Amino acid sequence: MNDMPKGPIGRPLLRLEDPPLVTGRGRFVADISFPHQLHMRLVRSPHAHARINSISIEAALALPGVFAVWTARDIPEIGPIDFREGKIEKLEPYRQPVLAIDRLRYIGEPVAAIFASDAYIAEDAADLVTMDVEDLPVITRADDPPGAFDDHLSTEAAVVRQGFGDTTKAFQEAHAIVEIDVSIGRHSGVPLETRGAIGRYDAARDVLELHGAGKVPHKNRESLAKLFGRSTAALHLFEPHVGGGFGVRGEIYPEDILVLAAALRFERPVKWIEDRRENLIACNHSRQQRHKIRAAVDADGALLAIENEFWHDQGAYPRTHALRVAETTCGILPGPYHLGAYKALGHYRLTNKTPAATYRAPGRYETNFVRERLLDVIAARLGKSRIDVRRRNLIRADEMPYARPLSVLEDEVSYDSGDYAGLLDKTLALIGWDELQVELAERRAKGECVGAGLALFVEKSGLGPSDGAKVNVDTTGAIEVITGGASVGQGFETVMAQVCAETLGTDYRRIRVVHGRTDRIEYGIGAHASRATVMTANAVHAAALKVRDKALAVAGELLQAGPASLDIVDGQVVQRERPGGPSIALGMIAHHLRPSSPTRRGRDPGLAAEGWFDTEHQTYPYGNQLAVVKIDRDTGGVTVERYVIAYDIGRAINPLLVRGQILGGFVQGLGGALYEEFLYDDRGEPLSVTFADYLIPTLHETPQVDVIISEDAPSTRNPLGIKGAGESGIAAVGAAIASAVDDALGVPGSITSLPITPQRLKRIIQNLDARSVSS
Amino acid sequence: MTKQDITLDVNGRRYAISVEPRKTLADALRDECGLTGTHLGCEHGVCGACTIIVGGETVRSCLMFAVQATGRTIRTIEGLADGNDLHPLQRAFMQNHALQCGYCTPGFLMLAAGVLEQNPDIDDKELIDVLSSNLCRCTGYENILAAVRAAAAEMRAPT
Repeated sequence: MNDMPKGPIGRPLLRLEDPPLVTGRGRFVADISFPHQLHMRLVRSPHAHARINSISIEAALALPGVFAVWTARDIPEIGPIDFREGKIEKLEPYRQPVLAIDRLRYIGEPVAAIFASDAYIAEDAADLVTMDVEDLPVITRADDPPGAFDDHLSTEAAVVRQGFGDTTKAFQEAHAIVEIDVSIGRHSGVPLETRGAIGRYDAARDVLELHGAGKVPHKNRESLAKLFGRSTAALHLFEPHVGGGFGVRGEIYPEDILVLAAALRFERPVKWIEDRRENLIACNHSRQQRHKIRAAVDADGALLAIENEFWHDQGAYPRTHALRVAETTCGILPGPYHLGAYKALGHYRLTNKTPAATYRAPGRYETNFVRERLLDVIAARLGKSRIDVRRRNLIRADEMPYARPLSVLEDEVSYDSGDYAGLLDKTLALIGWDELQVELAERRAKGECVGAGLALFVEKSGLGPSDGAKVNVDTTGAIEVITGGASVGQGFETVMAQVCAETLGTDYRRIRVVHGRTDRIEYGIGAHASRATVMTANAVHAAALKVRDKALAVAGELLQAGPASLDIVDGQVVQRERPGGPSIALGMIAHHLRPSSPTRRGRDPGLAAEGWFDTEHQTYPYGNQLAVVKIDRDTGGVTVERYVIAYDIGRAINPLLVRGQILGGFVQGLGGALYEEFLYDDRGEPLSVTFADYLIPTLHETPQVDVIISEDAPSTRNPLGIKGAGESGIAAVGAAIASAVDDALGVPGSITSLPITPQRLKRIIQNLDARSVSS
Repeated sequence: MTKQDITLDVNGRRYAISVEPRKTLADALRDECGLTGTHLGCEHGVCGACTIIVGGETVRSCLMFAVQATGRTIRTIEGLADGNDLHPLQRAFMQNHALQCGYCTPGFLMLAAGVLEQNPDIDDKELIDVLSSNLCRCTGYENILAAVRAAAAEMRAPT
């Protein structure tokens, strides 16, 4: 193997992505238009659950400027939306039709599509569509008894189970049994850019195009090619700038299929841009779960067993991710702790609300809250400190790799590396935990309601199994890295360029990174589940190493030196032992490798290579989060005064961007902990349909955050030692803030649901006050 | 609906366009003038992604009709730099990693530019108040605040 030059990896380099974005030159999907395009607008169900008798579209069709109006009967050939990772027999009958067929199952469900010459006219026409329906019983809670999905099927679409060991025996022999009943509110990614899609059919070449793709363009191409009966060579997806992903953007939704079907049928481009109300009722929701969980512990606080029953509120239909959030909930819940026996039972239930799916740290934001709540209550029950109970149970560094018979994303859980106790020490030292306790006690004595809380977590990242990349150096020395990755704003281009530049010995600014284009590379893993840097960067590294080897072999011949004596510095192949001696530029080597060049000596033309990275398991970063809060007992308002996030990432390619991921994730997590919630009334009417009802944190709500980026435990599962960063900031915010609020109230376990809104907290405070008066 | 002929004065150029009276200024800038750097995040005046400067004041262009902007001087993100010379705010945003997806960025830049022009000596509390009027879903705000502070200091420094 070649020696790695000391280069761009690990440095806080500025982003390649920024110049167009700060000058108004970004190209987001709404910024793209094609000649003769039609604008699509959806008519959405105003009923939470109803049987459709008839739909009247005549008035809409008569409006000048309206080109066509579709209901389900206009697209009988288009089946329901498939699951991304393949067939799941039991869930098939529950899949969402592209347009509602005979039943409406949530407010916001697409019922009809208007195609018009102008977006304003399309919206006018949508208001003219009426429907005659018969109302059916509405289910809004997953923990209510299941109802009827249709004439045959129950709304309990699936039950998921995982576990190991004999929990019954453990509970019989336990020193103490601790049980809690806790819930996570319904909230979601809510990117600032709403969704959008443009379908375009090039009849001359018989190629169908989807513009506005994101997250998983290659996987979505496979699904869409199957749906439309086309070869993948005749269907291409194009990812423009994407205004935030967070798991919800870039899945296949009804609207994506409609613009493609219409573009094919009409042979005109069809553009759809979502508005914010639609986004809040039609784009994936997430998170809503209730857990009844109990732990068996010994006198020392060791976790002998956990039984975890939960109700997963999926909304009206399964979405492309199928059971993944519920399965992840089962598999990741034990987190960084030893556990003797475990039984998880999840009820995957459909309700008459917007369908749910993955949102940044799916299954972890939820389970970190649930598990860390449980540990706080265990500590209180045994009269131990929250820290001691955690330390008693932590998996040790010398036990790595540490496997459990559980699975996450169909991958057996096996933590690759980590020093959980070591990172906890760093966090407590940074904040000065003991001094903080003294300070908080003093403030409480003066009448303030303040507290601190802590949560530990294990993240997961880098699900394989494979990703590839191509690297090509042109005759000017400019480099193109072609990936099947995707960019949702996280700095993908910069990170890939840094890895390529490190390996090739060039300036990262000379590298152009291609992503999100199915016409440039056959396969791609996309950007989801914190895997882009792990998978795609290692593939870029592999491709760049091959290019490096080829460049050195050719240069060796030209310079009459052994390749081992050569290095690449600033894009020039130089001789290590002869500084200032003869050298040759990478562009010149590419010149020697032209098809017509006699000096390529039978090698394949081009200074280019394709590289692949394969992995058998995910890699597991870990962290902890610590919150200091102040409560206004009169209003129930919570102010987060300070926050610490410690995270071991294995190896940070760009610490500036890692820190950015952590800070941004934290503020989203703060939203889910204190402010953001999709509320419904009993009839299934969504109540959070504007940014005045669905409250995203602003700068005002954002506290000072200290970030520790630790590199103690590089991944043992890839050559660069990388673990993922994208979901670390958000993962335990609900958990840590709940613990801090408990501490401020002086009652462990008092917080049982998120978000901790002023109304909820005020009620808790009143109940506590009433109890203390009556006792 | 009948269209009206109007002229918009944007970034020192005149755009003669024909719009329905109900067309928002944001849509007119994007669809009729081709200036797509102004983004729409909510279309109800909360998120601030569409913030531009009209007659020296920062406004939310989703809450104004295009016909209301005739005769006013309009500035958008496309006019913030001086040719190839970036505005101090644009440089500071890049240097402080104050953007990720970049969707809210034009709105934040125009908000900050407008405010610093009106009040170059703005104190930190006021600055936090002002910047809290726009939403960002990626950065967690800390770097946006740092970038605006840095640019404000640079703009105040004697040249």
